[in-house]
Amino acid sequence: MWTFFHKLGSPPWLYAISGSILRWLLPLTLVALATGLVWGLLFTAPDFRQGNSYRIIYIHVPAAVVALAGYYVMAAAGAVSLIWKMKMADVAMKACAPIGAALTFVALVTGAIWGKPTWGTWWVWDARITSMLILLFLYLGVVALHEAYDNKAAASKACAVLSLVGMVNIPIIYKSVDWWYSLHQPASIKFTGESTIDPSMLYPLLLMIGSFYALFTCSLLMNMRTEILSREARTGWVQKLVDGSAS
Amino acid sequence: MYFDSLSAALYMDGHGVFVWSAYLISMSVLAFLLIAPRVRERRLLNELEGRNRRLAGQPETHKPVIPE
Repeated sequence: MWTFFHKLGSPPWLYAISGSILRWLLPLTLVALATGLVWGLLFTAPDFRQGNSYRIIYIHVPAAVVALAGYYVMAAAGAVSLIWKMKMADVAMKACAPIGAALTFVALVTGAIWGKPTWGTWWVWDARITSMLILLFLYLGVVALHEAYDNKAAASKACAVLSLVGMVNIPIIYKSVDWWYSLHQPASIKFTGESTIDPSMLYPLLLMIGSFYALFTCSLLMNMRTEILSREARTGWVQKLVDGSAS
Repeated sequence: MYFDSLSAALYMDGHGVFVWSAYLISMSVLAFLLIAPRVRERRLLNELEGRNRRLAGQPETHKPVIPE
């Protein structure tokens, strides 16, 4: 366990292992994503109440789910970098933020587009939607804060604190549809008890959620690799790597 | 397939413009998430390669000391 933790903190090891993971994960992600897209868009029956507009669920829900999960990853990485001063945790935290922001943006935009035919409006200041907007600002805040500091250690500390404080928002997002009267519907997929979604719609949705998780992982690893290279540019192993790829 | 024709799939009983635009926007963001880091990594590697080549071209005694 500790040796694994130790390895995780080693940039060359992380760079090499992420490369070999990406070699199979990236094609798998693309195939799963393409399958889920075609399945959801063309091969499922329309919803009996919402008609075809419900097909947006296959991107809206996965984007929202992974945007939230990404926040856990970012906050956990922030905590590790704050407590153990682990540099690779800081790299992970920095790599997480733009991806989380992009996915939250996708969830908000697709939600707005879905809202128009379903609720008759693009936007409402509803608890769920507003708390998701705050999530977007938290992600963007971490991105901006990282850029604002010249001192890497100070930047890392400030971002870690911001992402940990922002954790308060996460249960609010989850519970917003239960705590407040909301236009947004409550969760349809439940781990305990019966899901209120038909299996013919559930399977492509689960596939899409899986694909979004995989895509998040791919993008995270790729971002981390670039960050590792730029931070370690002066070290021997990067020089060797560059020489090796050139010849 | 659920739809009878391509035009039916595009129109989706009037919801097509919402569904397709949502998919289009999302897919471009996802593509960006995969392509942008790749481009950045490529550019960085090229930069480092150029630096290594410049250093290699200089005689040993003139090599600049790169500060850590």
